[in-house]
Amino acid sequence: MIGAMLNEAWVSMWANRLRTILTMLGMVIGVSAVIIMQAVGQGAQQEVQESIESMGSNLLMVLPGSSTSGGGVRMGAGALSTLTTNDAEAIEELPTVAGAAPSVSDVAQVIYGARNWSTQITGTTPSYFSVRNWDFAAGAPFTDTDLRSVTRVAILGKTVVDNLFGDENPVGKIIRIKNSPYVVLGVLSAKGQSLMGRDQDDAILIPITTVQRKLASNQVAGSVRFIMVQVKSAEAMPKAEQDIVDLLRQRHRIREGAENDFTVRNLTAMANTAAETTAVMSLMLGIIASISLLVGGIGIMNIMLVSVTERTREIGIRMAIGARSRDILLQFLLEAIIISIFGCLIGVILGIGGALAASGMTGIRVVITISSILLAFTVAAAVGVFFGWYPARQAARLRPIDALRFQ
Amino acid sequence: MIGDSVPQGDNEAAAREVASGPVIHIRNLRKEYTSVAGVIPVLHGLNIEVMPSEFVAIMGASGSGKSTLMNILGCLDIATSGSYLLNGHDVAVLDRDTLAHLRNDLIGFVFQGFNLLPRASLLDNVALPLVYSKVSREEREARANEMLGKVGLAKYRDSQPNQISGGQQQRVAIARALVNRPQLLLADEPTGNLDSHTGNEIMNLFKELNERDGITIVLITHEVEVAAYAHRLVRLADGHIVYDGSSHEGAMSKNPTEYSAAVHSTS
Ligand SMILES: Nc1ncnc2c1ncn2[C@@H]1O[C@H](COP(=O)(O)OP(=O)(O)O)[C@@H](O)[C@H]1O
Ligand SMILES: [Mg+2]
Repeated sequence: MIGAMLNEAWVSMWANRLRTILTMLGMVIGVSAVIIMQAVGQGAQQEVQESIESMGSNLLMVLPGSSTSGGGVRMGAGALSTLTTNDAEAIEELPTVAGAAPSVSDVAQVIYGARNWSTQITGTTPSYFSVRNWDFAAGAPFTDTDLRSVTRVAILGKTVVDNLFGDENPVGKIIRIKNSPYVVLGVLSAKGQSLMGRDQDDAILIPITTVQRKLASNQVAGSVRFIMVQVKSAEAMPKAEQDIVDLLRQRHRIREGAENDFTVRNLTAMANTAAETTAVMSLMLGIIASISLLVGGIGIMNIMLVSVTERTREIGIRMAIGARSRDILLQFLLEAIIISIFGCLIGVILGIGGALAASGMTGIRVVITISSILLAFTVAAAVGVFFGWYPARQAARLRPIDALRFQ
Repeated sequence: MIGDSVPQGDNEAAAREVASGPVIHIRNLRKEYTSVAGVIPVLHGLNIEVMPSEFVAIMGASGSGKSTLMNILGCLDIATSGSYLLNGHDVAVLDRDTLAHLRNDLIGFVFQGFNLLPRASLLDNVALPLVYSKVSREEREARANEMLGKVGLAKYRDSQPNQISGGQQQRVAIARALVNRPQLLLADEPTGNLDSHTGNEIMNLFKELNERDGITIVLITHEVEVAAYAHRLVRLADGHIVYDGSSHEGAMSKNPTEYSAAVHSTS
């Protein structure tokens, strides 16, 4: 029975090939759009998620300058920075704070053997590694002793290692930064891109005192670019923020009513906002793509209605020789389902191809998951049944004599 | 949409059962069409009994209601009032599915316009009723093949209807009507679209089916020569039966004044 019906569905679809293909095209476009949009959306979400994870959790960032006007950070004129290493140490003492790492940075040329690489040199304290939740792939971090004795030691990011050392083990080797020798103490594990799209592994970390006294000539002694603060828990974030403001206002002797000369930013909140934004974007893409799937479904319904009208006589003949309503229903439903399933199959293939091609050409990350393919498939089959049902029922409800008399 | 209230299995088995009584028994059957112009009465209280293995021809002027009657007999349409007992069972109480089953199983229908499926092979056309009676693929093919052989078209089994002549198409339609071994064959002007030679071939086929296989046949025609193949003639005029009797002995006259008293005696 089903075999004969499949065969008949095939015959009728083949007899109207062009129409069948055009109907399918609606499904193909809908499904591939859903797959591509999902792939792009999920890719973006995954990228943001990874950046957030790589950033470390419960982070506050203290920047010099006030933020009162228009949200932007205004640097105090003349003074490079109002924040100091001592501020960072004081913040670290706060009960709500797990760690505080001051940081200064500069771009410099680094040489190892015949190779050289230009990268960002960041001076910081050992707290930095725990605050950023950054593991070591090899070696060990520098210590407070290194900080006190202003030693020339360096921790390398993955990108720097790749460019200077290749396969060689860098630990214990000596590199030259601005022509001074530094001993490589350790290598950091890869972190990938930051939320802003910067390669976080393209970095060298050295003791902040070494930067301040030996590397950077033009900096005010003890001043830092920013202080990265890790709060003990997510719940303590608001309290910690207030504690830091109070502490710094007191340390900087800012009078009641006067503007802060620093800004505290909640990095975790910003990251969450970014994640929400991408999630919303991803959802929007999904909705837009679903609309095209819906349009594809309406296309199927439209064609099936035409098909029912065209084949009314045929339906009458079938009924006259014994087809029951449900046989007719099944026959038309089967056609709608076959069209949507085939359309969906082609759509899945084109969608995956399209997503990969888009990623290949533009470099954006795409994530194709089995679940998104299954989703597209289920939706397509549902669309086929849903939009095929009405025309099929119209056909099945015909009275034999009316169907036979139809011209 | 399909009422399941009727215990269809029982009804169906009962209807299928070869009754000793009439195959067709209609009493005071009326049919009205409702159109925008209003209610048009077409059949005005007909009474007919057809016994097993009878061969009945229905004649009448165009518009006299022959096809309307035939469609009701074939369970394609329903009467406005009166009763129709098929093998002693009132079709009015049967649901759509049971009627479909009766059309499939008990009745074979041949149309003036052949009504073959245009895109299907002759074999598939003939096998189609078997698809709906859930016969296996192998058996479908075997029986359809056999039927095509009986109507002399075995070698065209893979052709499509538009590749053969009208007479051949009608033979395919007959093969299709017979493939499920019906008890009752209904034919609405089966030779109407054929030349007289081909028409005679078809009628010989009918005659053989009636005489050899005992199939009850009711056919509509407006050709006297065709009606002569039948044993009994029913003449319709404006929805009334004006003659019901032997198809020989002057009954071939179209004179409606030969209104038979026998008509009333059947009720
Ligand atoms: N579906 C219909 N709606 C309205 N009137 C109809 C319909 N079918 C047939 N008729 C009318 O019923 C009458 C009998 O038609 P029909 O049974 O086809 O006659 P015959 O087959 O004897 O030529 C005709 O007057 C025809 O116009
Ligand atoms: Mg007619």
